[in-house]
Order: sequence, then structure tokens, then C-alpha cells
Amino acid sequence: MTSHRTSRVALIDRLQPLRFSFDGKEYQGYKGDTLASALLANGVRVMGRSFKYHRPRGPWGAWVDDPNAIMTVTLNGRTFPNCPATTTPLVEGMQARAVNAWPSAAFDIKSGLDVFHRWLSAGFYYKTFMWPNWHLFEPMIRKMAGLGDISRDVLKGYSADQVFDHCQVLVIGGGAAGLAAARAAAEAGKGVVLVDDHPVLGGGLHQMPEIEGIAPADWIAEQASAITSAGGRILTATTAFGVYDHGLVGLAENGPFGTAPRLHRMRAERIVLATGALDRPITFTGNDRPGVMSVDGACEYLARYGVLVGRRIALVSNNSLADAAEVMLKEAGAQLIRLNPHDGPLQALGGKQTKGISQGSQHHAVDTILASGGMTPLVHLWRHAGGKLDWCEIRQALLPGTAPDGMVAVGAVNGAFDLDVSLSEARTAGAGKTPGVSPTSYGLAALWPDPGSKGRQWIDFQHDVTLKDVELAARENYVSVEHLKRYTTLGMASDQGKTSNMAGLAAMAAVQGRPLPEVGTTTFRPPFVPVPLEMYHGHHGKQLWHPLKRLALEPQHRAAEAALGEYGGWLRPGWYGRGKAKNLIHQEVLTARTSAGIFDASPLGKIEVLGPDAEAFVNFIYYNTISTLKPGHIRYGFMLTEGGSVMDDGVIARLDQNRFVISCSSSHVDSVRTHLEAWRQDGNDPDRIFIHDLTQHWATITVAGPKARDILAALALDVDLPAQEFPHMTLRETRFDDTPLRIARVSFTGDLSYELSIRRTKAPALWDAVVKAGVALEAAPIGIEALSILRAEKGYIMVGKDTDGETMPHDLGFGIPRLKKPVAFIGDRSLHSDKANASNRKALVGLAVPTGDTLLPTGAHLVEDTPPRSLGYVTSSYDSPTLGHPIALGLVENGAARIGETVSVWHLGDIRKATICAPCAFDPEGERLNA
Amino acid sequence: MQIFPCPFCGPRNETEFHFAGELGKVRPATAEKIAAPDWATYLYAQRNEKGLVHEVWMHLTCSELFVMERDSVTMQVLDTRSLREDAQ
Repeated sequence: MTSHRTSRVALIDRLQPLRFSFDGKEYQGYKGDTLASALLANGVRVMGRSFKYHRPRGPWGAWVDDPNAIMTVTLNGRTFPNCPATTTPLVEGMQARAVNAWPSAAFDIKSGLDVFHRWLSAGFYYKTFMWPNWHLFEPMIRKMAGLGDISRDVLKGYSADQVFDHCQVLVIGGGAAGLAAARAAAEAGKGVVLVDDHPVLGGGLHQMPEIEGIAPADWIAEQASAITSAGGRILTATTAFGVYDHGLVGLAENGPFGTAPRLHRMRAERIVLATGALDRPITFTGNDRPGVMSVDGACEYLARYGVLVGRRIALVSNNSLADAAEVMLKEAGAQLIRLNPHDGPLQALGGKQTKGISQGSQHHAVDTILASGGMTPLVHLWRHAGGKLDWCEIRQALLPGTAPDGMVAVGAVNGAFDLDVSLSEARTAGAGKTPGVSPTSYGLAALWPDPGSKGRQWIDFQHDVTLKDVELAARENYVSVEHLKRYTTLGMASDQGKTSNMAGLAAMAAVQGRPLPEVGTTTFRPPFVPVPLEMYHGHHGKQLWHPLKRLALEPQHRAAEAALGEYGGWLRPGWYGRGKAKNLIHQEVLTARTSAGIFDASPLGKIEVLGPDAEAFVNFIYYNTISTLKPGHIRYGFMLTEGGSVMDDGVIARLDQNRFVISCSSSHVDSVRTHLEAWRQDGNDPDRIFIHDLTQHWATITVAGPKARDILAALALDVDLPAQEFPHMTLRETRFDDTPLRIARVSFTGDLSYELSIRRTKAPALWDAVVKAGVALEAAPIGIEALSILRAEKGYIMVGKDTDGETMPHDLGFGIPRLKKPVAFIGDRSLHSDKANASNRKALVGLAVPTGDTLLPTGAHLVEDTPPRSLGYVTSSYDSPTLGHPIALGLVENGAARIGETVSVWHLGDIRKATICAPCAFDPEGERLNA
Repeated sequence: MQIFPCPFCGPRNETEFHFAGELGKVRPATAEKIAAPDWATYLYAQRNEKGLVHEVWMHLTCSELFVMERDSVTMQVLDTRSLREDAQ
């Protein structure tokens, strides 16, 4: 075994061995291992296959920077795709499989694809499969590419908690700088939260022999204890994955493997960024072979997991940080040679395993190549927050420049690679000050990709982008970094280019002969690491997302065996009784037509408009003229948008000179109220108009049907009921059980109908009285399904169902105010646009089917045969128990002029016939209404 | 997620707010004749400025309109005041 476990003291618990499998083979690791460290300890170094060429790949890094080792992990029968092996904690019984490889990462059947690499360069698929149509090939190509397969099972209980939190100082990163900064801030009396994505604090400190005179583990424990003693909080295994507007930081707190991370929405007054830096790869031939790893990664495997990644190691580095690594690896027993990358072109030798490295004519037989082309600070969060980057010539890296509001960077992310400098910066920042420019002992010789050099040199390991692809992109003029990224897909894989972006930019700069900082960077976007979508979703489903509005009469409906369902945000009876729904609904319709239906209409809007300017206001709000409405009277009308389309319909009642009640549609109450408020405050004197939404304070019970007057009479209210005393579209105020009661004679069924409105608390008493009086006359409660049929029989519309975003009132047969209303109203000018005047507008019509035909499907299109095109569509369609045949409403081009025409109706390939007729199918003269 | 300070309720999450329009848009007097392009400008044209913007927002939970000055690039909120105060 090349890679193996050593006896070095590490962060694993050797008393707790864990069994797991990889690609079907059994292995053993320890508690504290990651999947990757446990496999390396077992000598397994091929952990995946590359995205495009299916080349064998092993881990490059030891943590979030690794692009290669991606696995599908099954635990306790539940499968999780695309787990990075380097950050997935090892759990007893895990079954891991390499993604994009079959039957295993070591023997992948599609590895033959690599032979064709000459033809598979950037843009190959798009260029090749243009003819005749890309979409013909796309499914097959997509099947060949990609990473893990998503399991089709729903993971029960995989649900993320969401926490809203805030703090004064948020320190991101639990290495030396983060710990020092958090301690300084906490001891200065600030409310501190320290987050670190590792399960164990310390960052790179575990690699060190000592810090400030004591062992790293002791130093770390001391800082952590000081932070918590001063009231600070520490969140480990928690990734700060994004910084959003106004200081909001997204934190993903990982629980046990297989559970959804907990989302913290952390609002911080100040953010100290101590996210560290990464080793960047060196671009040389075969630099993607398993066994080529980062210097820092190798040291982390040794320090955290006691794993030495190889026995004979070539260490290739251009910078001063390699010296400490050399000492540490040699102490652990590695044979090690140092190579200077500037001494000549490098080439990794071997296949699935590294066998050696050559430089010019020199060959070295090694099993592992550790490379570092310099340090790349992890400035992602800095950029999320809008901070600028400055090019540092000394460090050959982009460092934090102009700071975003409330953020400061300390330690390695700020270019402070010396421990003492890093600690001093951190303590300054922790105390609330901004550290100045720090000196550095770090040195390196600039080392970037060499365009034109031979061999296949990898830039992006995860998406298989080589130096030649970057050169090709430049030749084809994709020179902007954003174009380069999208053309070659460099940096677009799940690692988001943590190891590849700098090399890609440098390659483009070199190809074009421009200085690197001039090329610029692509945009850094959250999330920093992949996070499950579930985390954003959380528990926000169903009731927790959109709580239902509840009726005052819900207990009464339940007692009457109502089938309760959600209609427009309210839980309301669809129909009553047990049995076949359609039969019950039809029986309710017949009851309402022969005796009376008793309907809970409480969700209907009851928005009061009051004040000296109320009349002018509602006259402006409504399409119809309201100013002429007398107290005690009711009018039907439309509210329009400024674009002239119908926003809502309903009745408005005038209670007295300065008081109106708007009865808007049940599901539009909130939008109508907002609409009224906006116009009240903007464009009117808000001290002369008041809007009071009483929808949920009042209940409404509708009694509709030929026996409605008899039922009301049985209630013995102090109201004259005969038609001449109480005509259609008027309103009376009286009392029921010593409580104010409003009775509106309006109808949505086409029959004699009264709406009784009363304070919510009195609704049960009124309901019981009405039902008792009704039952004696063979009336019964009806649900909203029956009401939908009753109103459709009359051709009464439901806005949003029988209208669309283009419907104007004259399309519905209400054209007079458009031509005659003398004063301004919302949407007025739009009703005279070319579009509004067009002759082919879709208008409301009825649709009749030939005798014996079944009902038309809602949404079916009415079509013209030559040329074939849609004339409109069916908006409502029901079997009418009253008429004994199906009825339908629809919106059809030039509908009024087509009445009597027979047209084709198309639905999912079937074509039928229907005849266009007037919308009102029942009692067109309105005799029952005015009874 | 941004935080907007409602002049009546104090700082709240942006999800509680609704954009009502750019400040200074005056409804044409529709009782008089208005050319179609002028009406279209009123309906659809937005200044969409980069940098300092003056907008009208509604805080849905209190239903009050207010004026917000903010920077459309940095997302910094510079000032909020009630619409009534702004009219004076």
C-alpha cells in the first residue's frame, strides 16, 4: 500500500473502528475519519472517474477544495448522491460508490472514452451535434455525462430546521486567526459567534509542532474555552456558504450524516473573515493522475487522520511553505525528494497509479507527487459581500482589497501566511480595529501554466478542462473570463473552480500575453460548497407556508359532514354528506333551484370605505359609476388595473353618504385591500378616506332559491320582505339576537337570494336559525361546488377563471361605462387603446354540446380549421343538473358575433364540436331573480 | 435578504414589503385626451437608474406606503420617510 495509516497522534479515535464499503469492497476506518481519509488509510487512491473522459482520479485535497472524489453513499437504506469523500464523515455501515464509474472507479467501462480525447475538446458536442438538431442528441449525451444519480425515493424526515439568528461579531473560520479574533472580540464584550466547517476546530494548526509555546490541541482548547467563558458561541461542522445583502450570512450546520443541515440565517453587525487559503495545483502533463496531490492536503491527512499519502514522495513547490511540509512528512517516515518546477517541464508517469515523475531527462521513481503552485486565499465570501480584490505581486495572488461594509479579513485569507502575523492581525480585528498591511516572510517564484507546452495538462479536474481547451477558447475568441468559463465549463462543476479558476485565468492571461490582474475573475456566487435544496425549503410546506383561513362556522360544517377543502386560501365546504361527490353536489344544485340553498359566504370581501372623499374615491376605483348609487342600494361592478384588464368583480353597497362596503371576490380580498390602500395614500388625501377590512370579522350566510323569502320570514326579523319593499340590489340593516345584521338582496345563483352578514361570534346562532327554518321548507346547506354550477348556469363569471390577464369589461358584455362614464377611473385610458378596440378580442360566450355529448374539458381550445389556430378556450364546464345537459363558458375571439356558429374543440388530440351561444343558459329573462 | 426600515414599524425583512413604483410618477389627467405614447410611458416606462433611486414601497403588514432612497448597486438603504411627509 502506498498510502497508509501511521501511528502519529491525530484527531481520529482508534478505539472506535468503523466498517464501510467502497465500490462493493469492505474496509475499516476510525471514528473521526472522512470517507477519503479512511480509503487512503486502506491504500485506495482511485476514488472516482472524471466527468467527460472517465479518467481515473484520486483526491487532490483533504477538504472542500477537492474536485475528484465524489461518491454516492447509502446508509441504512437511504441513498445520497454526490457526497464529497473528503468532507463526508465516516459512519459505520456506509456503502459508498464512485459516481460516473461502472462497475467501479478502478475498472470503469467508459474509460475508453479517454482515447478519443483529441476530438472531445471544448465545444465538441455543440459543434458536432448541430445537425440536424441538437435536441435529438442531447438526452444521450446527458446520460453519458454527469455525476451521481438522484434516488427517486423521497427521503422521509429529511427536513431542515431553519434558525433566524443575529450576533455582533461573526467570525468565519476556526483556525489560528479565527480563534484569536473571536477570543479578542468576546473578551472585549461583544456577542460573538465563531463558525468552522470542520468538526474539530484548529484549521491548519494540527500540522504544527507548537503554537505560542504549547501544543496546538491545548492552545485550541484554551481559546475555545475563553470564547465560551466570555459568552461567545462556537458552531463546528458549520459552513458559512454565502454572504447576502445587509450582513446576512447563510450557515449550514451539519448534523449526523443523512440528516438535512440546519440553516442559520445569521445577521451579523460585523464579520471577521478568517477562511484561510488553499494550495493551488501546478499545471503539468498528467497532473490529474491519482497520486498527484496538494502539499497542504497531504499534511492535513497526516495531521488530522494520521494518514501518510505515499511512501516515496516527490515534493514540487515554488514557495517557502514547503519546508515545514517536508519536515513533517519525513518525520512520518516518507522518503522525499524536492523538485523545483522551474527546472524544466514536468510529467507524471503511470496510469491508475503514479509510478514516477520526469523533469527534462531526469526520471524519479516515486509513488506520490505533492504539488503546490502557491497559496490562493479563500476570498469567496469577501466577494459575495461586494469586497474588491487587489493583485499582490509578492504573493502572486488576489487578496482582499477595498472592504465591504462591516467585513474585515485576517490571517491567510488576507495573505498573512506567517503565524505570528496572522495572530496579530486577528487580535487587532477582534478588538474592533482594522489591521494594516502586514509584512510577510512568504516567498514564491511566479509559476503559471505555459501555453504551447506539450502533453495533456489539467486545469479543471472536475470538468476535464485542459490547458489546450483554454488555448482553443482563446483562438475562437472566447477571451472574456465569463465566456471562457461558459465555453469550456471551467469552474462550473460542483467545486466551483476552487482549484481551477486561478490556473484558468492565468492560462488565459498567458495565451493573450496580458498581465493576470487585467484578465479579471469570474463572479463568485453562493453557495461556497454544495448545499441540499431541502435546506432552503425547510419546514415551509402546507400549513406552515400558507396557513388556511378558518370559518367561524367550521364546527357547524363539520357536524353536517361537510367535505372541507381549500378554496382561495379558506378551508370551506366543497359539499355536504358522505357518498359520491358528484351526486351530492347535483342534489345540492337541485335543492337550491327548487327550495333554497344555505351557503356560508363568509370569505366574501367586506372592505369598508369611509370618509368625506369616499364617494369620489370608489367612483375612481370602479369601472362603473358609483357616485349615483343611493344609500341602501347595491351595484355590481368591476375594478380594473391601469392596463384596463379586469382585476376583480363584485358588488358594492352604500350604507350611507360617506360609507361603502366593497364585497370583492373571496380570494382577492388581500390584493383588493392593498390596491385600495395604495390609491388612497398615493394620489388622494389619506385623512379624508379610510379603508377598513372587516372580512374576517363578519360572517355571511347566503339563502338562495325560490323559498328564500319564506325562510327569512320564519326568522321573524324586523324587515319588510315583499319584493316591492325590498327589491333586488338593495340592502337593509336590522338586528338578530340583539346584534346588528345586514341583509343584502343580491344573487350569484340567478334565484331570489339574500346575504345575511353578522358579527363573527354570532354566526353560529344565525346559521342554526337559518338551517332550522330552511329544513322545514326542504332547503339545505350547499357547498361551493354547487354554487360554481349554479353561477355557471347563469353565465356569471369568476374573475381569474373565466377571465385572463387581457380581459376587459367590454369583453364580458359591460361596455357602457367605457363609452359613457364622464370622470376619470382606473384603467380608463387603456380601454381605448388600439388593442382594446381590436375586432378580434376574446369575449365571454356560452358553449353548447350536441345532444347526448359529455361535458367539454376545461382548458380545451376552440380551433379554426384553416389555417389551424386557436380561437379561444373553455374556461368553465359543468354538467348542469338543472338543465339536464352539459354547459360551458369560454373566451372566444370576436365571441358575440359568433353566437350560433358551430366550432371545433380540440383537447389532447381529440376534436369535438360545440355551438357558441349566450353565456346565460338558465332563466335568461331573469324572472326568478326579480321574484 | 435585505432589511428595510418601515417609517412606522422599524426594520423588517424585505419579504414584508411590496414595491409600489418609482417616486414621482404622476397619473395623467385621463378626463382629457391623452396620446397613446404618453399613456404607454405612464404604464410601462421605468427609469431603472443605477445608483441612487427614489422609490415608493408598501409595508404589507401595516399597509402604509413610504418613500425609500437606496442605492441600486450597493443595496444600501439611505433613507425612508412616509409618503405624506414626502409630499409636504
